[in-house]
Amino acid sequence: MNGGDAAGRLVRPFTLTGGRTRPTRADFTLISTVTAVDPPPEWGSRPQPEHTRILKRCAEPIAVAELAALLDLPVSVVVIMLCDLLEAGRITVRPPHPLSRTPDLEMLQKVRDGLGRL
Amino acid sequence: MADSDTAVRPPSAPDTVKILIAGGFGVGKTTMVGSVSEITPLSTEEALTVAGLDVDDLAGVEEKRATTVALDFGRITIGQELVLYLFGTPGQQRFWFMWNDLAIGALGAVVLIDVRRPESSFAAIDFFERRGIPFVVGVNGFHGRHPYPPETIRDALALPEHAQVLLCDARERGSCRDVLLALIDQLIASADRSGPGIFGDGRGPRS
Repeated sequence: MNGGDAAGRLVRPFTLTGGRTRPTRADFTLISTVTAVDPPPEWGSRPQPEHTRILKRCAEPIAVAELAALLDLPVSVVVIMLCDLLEAGRITVRPPHPLSRTPDLEMLQKVRDGLGRL
Repeated sequence: MADSDTAVRPPSAPDTVKILIAGGFGVGKTTMVGSVSEITPLSTEEALTVAGLDVDDLAGVEEKRATTVALDFGRITIGQELVLYLFGTPGQQRFWFMWNDLAIGALGAVVLIDVRRPESSFAAIDFFERRGIPFVVGVNGFHGRHPYPPETIRDALALPEHAQVLLCDARERGSCRDVLLALIDQLIASADRSGPGIFGDGRGPRS
């Protein structure tokens, strides 16, 4: 949020991922919802500090984009760390509402009603 | 890879959908997101890496170092089980290739137009038309003023007759809500016609 210009900052945060720039799995979109598993699994290694920051933020379900914004980290960096946490069984992920070629009228009507309340 | 590590979904995680707010640079996208969002618009960064992009998509990208581009977004909680996110697309021309990723899974888009320089949003209209992504055009009046009727703007943009053009004020919540409602109504209408979408089969030609 204090990253300066919209374009131009070089990406240092990939040091947080040990230099990895690609996620190991494709579960995470901007609006996938992640939630920390509570209680955390007993097995496994202690999470890194950045992983702990993520786990704190997703005690309640939170979208990946919101998580990245709150952590002030690029989405792609957060996604790589979320992959670690998912593989360690520390979070669950819910994909966005699936869009098919036949629109989901019930969902659209819900969105319409919700907007009408604005 | 394995399915076994996908834990049971917690019941409290909501279903999520998204709508894009597109248009040229400085046309009022973030203002619109902020007008309807229940949270102060958040900004996150997406890292751009050259690898993995189609060569076509790199046209116009002068900066090939890894860099970041800001994405502004807001949230509207529809109910306990459904949350709508609004994403402002990056306005700078050289970041248009990012829209491909953003567009995946979007219900549709609002293309904002500034009547003083409508050409800055031509590419956004073209993008959604070619991909068969439903959209409405919101004409953001400068200081809320609208010198032209929607029909004039539709003609100027060479939009098909069924394309909705709405006069709006990106600073006003009610005005932005009405633009979003017009998009949802369009989606509902096309669902009622049981067609795959109003702009064809959703597989626009690739350039």
